[in-house]
Amino acid sequence: MTELLPLAILMTSLGIAPVILALPDGWSRLRTALNLTAAGMKLALVAWLSWAVAGGAEFGLSLEIAPGLALALKADALSVLFLALSSVLWLLTTIYAVGYLEGGTDRSRFFGFFSLCVASTVGIAMAANLFTFVVFFELLTLATWPLVVHRGSAEAHRAGRIYLVYTLGGGLALTLGAVWLYALAGEVPFLPRGVLGDLPQTDPLAVTAIFVLLIAGVGVKAALVPLHGWLPVSMVAPAPVSALLHAVAVVKSGAFGIMRIVYDVYGVETVEALGLALPLAALAGVTILYGSIRALRQDDLKTRLAYSTVSQVSYITLGVALVSPVAAVGGLAHLIHQGIMKITLFLAAGNFAEARGVKTVSAMDGMGRLMPGATLAFTVGAFGMIGVPPLAGFVSKWYLGAGGLDAGQPAVIALLAGSSLLNAAYFLPILHRAWFRDPPEGAVPKRRIGWMLALPPAVTAALVVAAGLLANAPFSPLGWTRFIVSLEYL
Amino acid sequence: MNETSLLVSLPLIAALVAAAWPRAATITGVIATLGNAGLAVVLAIRIGQGGAEAEALGGWAAPLGIGFAADGLAALMLVMTALVGLGVSVQVAGAPLPDAGRTGQRTAFWPLWLATLGAMNALFLSADLFNLYVTFEILGLAAVGLTALSGTRTALRAAFDYLSAGLAGSLLLLLGVALAYATAGRVDLAVVPELAGSHEGRVALGLIFAGLAVKAALFPLHFWMPAAHSSAAPEASALLSALVVKAAIYVALRLSIEGGAAVELLRLVLAVAGAGAMLWGAWHALRADRLKLLVAHSTVAQVGLIALAIGLTTGARDGTIWRAAALLMLSHALAKAAMFLAVGRITEELGHDRISGLNREELRPGAAEFAFAIAAISLIGLPPTAGFVGKWLLLDGLIDRGAWPWVALVLLGTVLSAAYLARVVSRCLRGGPHVAPGARRPAWRAGDAAALGLATAALALGLASALPLTLLDATLT
Repeated sequence: MTELLPLAILMTSLGIAPVILALPDGWSRLRTALNLTAAGMKLALVAWLSWAVAGGAEFGLSLEIAPGLALALKADALSVLFLALSSVLWLLTTIYAVGYLEGGTDRSRFFGFFSLCVASTVGIAMAANLFTFVVFFELLTLATWPLVVHRGSAEAHRAGRIYLVYTLGGGLALTLGAVWLYALAGEVPFLPRGVLGDLPQTDPLAVTAIFVLLIAGVGVKAALVPLHGWLPVSMVAPAPVSALLHAVAVVKSGAFGIMRIVYDVYGVETVEALGLALPLAALAGVTILYGSIRALRQDDLKTRLAYSTVSQVSYITLGVALVSPVAAVGGLAHLIHQGIMKITLFLAAGNFAEARGVKTVSAMDGMGRLMPGATLAFTVGAFGMIGVPPLAGFVSKWYLGAGGLDAGQPAVIALLAGSSLLNAAYFLPILHRAWFRDPPEGAVPKRRIGWMLALPPAVTAALVVAAGLLANAPFSPLGWTRFIVSLEYL
Repeated sequence: MNETSLLVSLPLIAALVAAAWPRAATITGVIATLGNAGLAVVLAIRIGQGGAEAEALGGWAAPLGIGFAADGLAALMLVMTALVGLGVSVQVAGAPLPDAGRTGQRTAFWPLWLATLGAMNALFLSADLFNLYVTFEILGLAAVGLTALSGTRTALRAAFDYLSAGLAGSLLLLLGVALAYATAGRVDLAVVPELAGSHEGRVALGLIFAGLAVKAALFPLHFWMPAAHSSAAPEASALLSALVVKAAIYVALRLSIEGGAAVELLRLVLAVAGAGAMLWGAWHALRADRLKLLVAHSTVAQVGLIALAIGLTTGARDGTIWRAAALLMLSHALAKAAMFLAVGRITEELGHDRISGLNREELRPGAAEFAFAIAAISLIGLPPTAGFVGKWLLLDGLIDRGAWPWVALVLLGTVLSAAYLARVVSRCLRGGPHVAPGARRPAWRAGDAAALGLATAALALGLASALPLTLLDATLT
């Protein structure tokens, strides 16, 4: 029975998607009930799965669809990391989205594709081989497109077009790399310390080219410079979609793909032996600085947050590329930490826009007095991003810095310091305006924010604090990543 | 009488009944299509379990007599035809009763479709070249009838072009078969390796492939097809584009794996013509201003891709690429039929099929547009569809052989198909300010169900690709 657990987790969101898509738009109660039940069930199942995996259980099932090609799911410690993130945030984002889109149009389409998106994320998290990963990775692209263009304006369609060009282009590179690797290696399951055997010695050129194709493919979603262009443009989408893109599904799938490719396809030692680790780390470093610098000059709040994502997601890549167990802990933990911090910021920003029509940094004056709850959540998220102790972001940065020293790359410390200064430079002015300036005369009259909008950012802000304060607890993100890293760097 | 003979005789007899007795045409057609589907599935299961079968008609074995052979590839094609036929029949039988002027069109559909079905089944089961030629003739005439079905001036004109192209193709085919007979003294398919070994034989194969290229509308012999497929009635376009074109492609594949692939020049020409069709079709689909024209040009492009794969097949022993080609044929048939039926429904609701006019304030996207989107995913070759698995296998085989220029061409074709299909799909996602609050949704029709069913089948087939691929293992070589 328990071997079907991964399938059950996948079906909670995959099975519900067509049902929701087929519901008439007006049946919002039934839709919400279905959605929340599925999200709740998924959370419970993932909790069960985590417990079992921590106890050493292994899950796997597969369906062969062509000779040597199988759709296979498994649940290992790394899967659980991503699953836990996506299931907690799916529940919170669903609640938020129900409140946010109340009275809007095409809600069945929205929630149907929303579920499909989460289902793809689950599939990515539990893919047991490269083929399955590619299938769900592409499915994610298709499922997010309708969400990006949800508003239907010309601007939204333009963003959708750019999104498709980038992600389908990335998908093509990923697919080509994957087919090539299958042609060389036969099968490519995900196993700790890599599966290529002596292939890197016999055919280093092809293996290097494949690495570049694969990383470029997933790098589009991970928003590695220069493949990040879609992310700031996609800001036209509604706030819950931004949360999904930035925290739950899309960029996280890209970062997760980098982890799988480096750890479980190539193995860190092979990546280093091929001389690919340093270029990847350097690319991550460039992305971290570039994103922060671009964020400085954005007046649009969501665009500023988007560039901040470009920068912050690359912390994960940096942690993976630094070939040091300590840095890996920091990078992996940041997968969770960045997720909960960024979703807090986006949900709070969505509330500013909903309640007061505030969409730009320059309009944030006095927001702390007008909307103390949302501003407090925003502040926690921003402090976390800057890396103020004892919040979650501090833990990631600490381990990344220590890992940089461990890997013999003291430049990482300078990079982190520079990035933190930049983070402070683009977040603190917002906080200053919000807390220390007076609200403008004749501010836009308030629109009531229901609990569905107010609760989720409060919860995620609490999680940001908890993940930092309780970092040493066994089931904290940090504790879990130590467990994963002990498997890879045994 | 076993399934093999029944698969040929049942549709042809039903076609006569439907023609002779128009009032019972619909019921005859539906029963025959259902029966055919049952027979095809039974045969496929038996072959999947027990291997290929051959039957000599009248007890006369080749080379003296003519025979039917049913193997994995043939069974796959039979099932493909049966599935598409079911979908299209649902659409035609379930459509609201037409006004007086269109009743004739409705009753004329069934004999034409059943004749097409019988001819295609016979073609897939034929084990000799002359039989293939005869079935092509029947198929060609029925297909011309289908093209002309809507009775409009453009349709008649397109049907005439179709007839001329078809006759030219048949003539080349007949010349090739005659020359093959003169060279080898027999025409069963086992003669193909012998033909590939002699100079005259290679010329004969060349003529046959030229005839097939006309019928499959390969570049630069495609001139007749977009007009024919875009001006016919939706149900006819679906059959023409999804199935009839496949007949020629199937014969090319069959001859290749029977030994025709030994002729290097022929393979190269086929692959280059396929690549040309892929690019030319995609380019015109990108620029098409009408939906049906876009879909018809996409057929040129997709058939080009399949021809490219067949051209790169070095024989039955090179297993991956020809299996990929067969899988792509199957997925294209399902997706393209779904797409034409969906386009039929969209056109019906809108009253036109201009792509620029797909955004209508008072009309929400309906099931047909959803079906179009799913079919598009399959045609582009995105997961989890059968088109994806087919392209994966094709690329796998090409990379294995180090054929990088062809890999690049296939990828280019994929990018172009994504570009032209996104033109339509993005308009299916309209919403927000582009739709009025009180906008209506299109009502459900049988055509929606048929399009959605076929599109879902193309999607689900990706997860069940093991079934057709195992079936192909039981192919005569």
